[in-house]
Amino acid sequence: MQLEALNNEYMCSGHVACPGCGAAVAMRFLLKALGEKTVMIIPACCWSIIAGPYPQSTLKVPVLHTAFETGGAVASGVRAALDILGDTETTVVTWAGDGGTFDIGFQALSGAVERNENFLYVCYDNEAYMNTGIQRSSSTPYGAWTTTTPGQQWKRLRKKNIVEALVAHRIPYAATASIAFPEDLIAKARKAREMKGARFLHIYSTCPTGWRIPSEMSIKIARMAVQTNIFPLYEVEDGLRYTINYSPKGYLVDEYFRLQGRFKHLTDEDLRQIQEMVDEDWALLCRKAGNSPRA
Amino acid sequence: MPSQRHESRGGKCVKQVIEGSHAVSEAVRLARVQVISAYPITPQTHIVERLSEYCAAGSLAARFLRVESEHSALAALIGAASSGVRTFTATSSQGLALMHELLHWAAGARLPIVMAEVNRALAPGWNIWTDQTDSLAQRDTGWLQLYCEDGQEALDTTIQAFCLAEKVNLPVMVILDAFFLSHTYEPVDIPEQEAVDRFLPPFRAKFRLDPTAPRAFNQLAPPNIYMEMRYNMQEAMSAALESFHALQQDFAAVFGRGHGALETVACEDADIIIVTAGTMTSTSRQVVAHLRARGEKVGLLKLKLFRPFPVEQIRQALKRAAKVAVIDRNFSFGASGIFAQEVRAALCNLDNRPRVLGFVAGLGGRDVTTDVIEDIYWRTKKMKGSDQENLWVGLHEVDHAIGSLE
Repeated sequence: MQLEALNNEYMCSGHVACPGCGAAVAMRFLLKALGEKTVMIIPACCWSIIAGPYPQSTLKVPVLHTAFETGGAVASGVRAALDILGDTETTVVTWAGDGGTFDIGFQALSGAVERNENFLYVCYDNEAYMNTGIQRSSSTPYGAWTTTTPGQQWKRLRKKNIVEALVAHRIPYAATASIAFPEDLIAKARKAREMKGARFLHIYSTCPTGWRIPSEMSIKIARMAVQTNIFPLYEVEDGLRYTINYSPKGYLVDEYFRLQGRFKHLTDEDLRQIQEMVDEDWALLCRKAGNSPRA
Repeated sequence: MPSQRHESRGGKCVKQVIEGSHAVSEAVRLARVQVISAYPITPQTHIVERLSEYCAAGSLAARFLRVESEHSALAALIGAASSGVRTFTATSSQGLALMHELLHWAAGARLPIVMAEVNRALAPGWNIWTDQTDSLAQRDTGWLQLYCEDGQEALDTTIQAFCLAEKVNLPVMVILDAFFLSHTYEPVDIPEQEAVDRFLPPFRAKFRLDPTAPRAFNQLAPPNIYMEMRYNMQEAMSAALESFHALQQDFAAVFGRGHGALETVACEDADIIIVTAGTMTSTSRQVVAHLRARGEKVGLLKLKLFRPFPVEQIRQALKRAAKVAVIDRNFSFGASGIFAQEVRAALCNLDNRPRVLGFVAGLGGRDVTTDVIEDIYWRTKKMKGSDQENLWVGLHEVDHAIGSLE
């Protein structure tokens, strides 16, 4: 089943992503899972560029580029129109970066999911504003350097927990996925496709340029994020039922941080504190999964 | 007078006393709009409340999106219109200002969205009363702008707006004065569905989001193409001017009435012409009739179509006058009233152009009575010398007021 899915390509060569871009990998896998009956809405993000300039497009599905903060609202309108026209089959997808999701687009996203609009919102998360040159977002993790958190002013605030924010809206489906776990990503995208109502997929998506890593390290680092519990793979149904999809062996976070230029200023003491935060978050997630009726 | 202009032909309509807002709602229902998206703001709310009732009752088969902001209201319609359906929203003032970015998106994406905009002053201070600065500040966004004088015109213009928008692929704003029009009850001829269907066929988008024929919309447009896209928008605006005139004939053929891009009253031999837009026009009609009866050679030019600006028609209407008094219920700070600017620009290359005096009146809903307009006329008659930029009418003692704050 998975092999068959992997044979279908809805993303052509000729996109203009940087080498090793996680967002290019993520889009390719997502479309393999969703298939051709998909409309893709792209608010301002790296993908506004990656998709290619007029008159070219790297995607074989219809694409609507739109303003930065409108992902949730535009999807609501597209869904309403397709329904009115009698097309209830096509999956309406908003594909946004972390800036367009966690920050400027959050109002429209929250509004749309509160209305339980029937669409899939996918956030490919590269943990900063990368298209404009590595400025911090509310998704930027604790400890990171960015061009707006330079020198000793590296980010001393936690990353916003976007999945929990969506779960708090009690949406039918919210899940995390990673470019380093394509089978899991594809399975979740397919599951989301078959559901109705507001669905949210949070895809961890490496940015070699912004994270100061060699492009060939992209997948390795994404895998380490999951293995260290920095980015756990899990899903939440109806805002209540938590399922952890991958049980990591619990590697220490040090190596993940040491490999990336954006964290090179961190001291051993900083890393110890981060390890505590990660352990704390993981324990909290396990409690939620353990307390869920399905566990 | 308005009641005469609105005589119907053949009785294919129902005359009802309704609010200006509901005249718009009726038109939207009759236009068989498919997606409506809205966020509440006074004084626009009556328009969409009535539409939500129609949707709830099933008398309008539209999807009604109750979004969380005006910004999202227009964004949702950008999505819907891109998918090939007929769309509508309404707003006012702060809501329109919040939409500003998306006004550019809707026009640049060449989407035939229709929006009713109820003119209301911008804060601070908070003011819900009429003032045209909100819509006029959006004049460069690529939207057509049509200013209405009364309920019948609001209904007719809204129906026409869909034709116009879908003909030239640009969005259209139908503009009503707050309260003076939006909340005023007047007799309005409401046409039968069959007549409207004859005038306004179902919307068929040339391009739309369609998985069987995938296309990318609104993507990156580098310097080698962006300018041509903008040129095409201007070409569409020019085409809209032509279409507007043709549309009036088609509309008259079905409904027996029409409204020009502008309207002249007693302008042929007028020495002084008063220029207005919106409900002030009705008051000015009375003043002109009164002054004419006293032998004054005064005329009235009502501006309806503001974008595209009907420059040639305006020149023809005004060129024989000695003086033109433009009354602006709006202001561009550091410059002048906006209609006055536009009228001056339209006339400036004429050899024997009339003098243009710019009067600023009625901001924030202050009454512009027949006395005020008559006073403007007499001041204009007395005035000598070059063009007057800013003549503020009926100001209280500003210096004194400011002094009291210090």
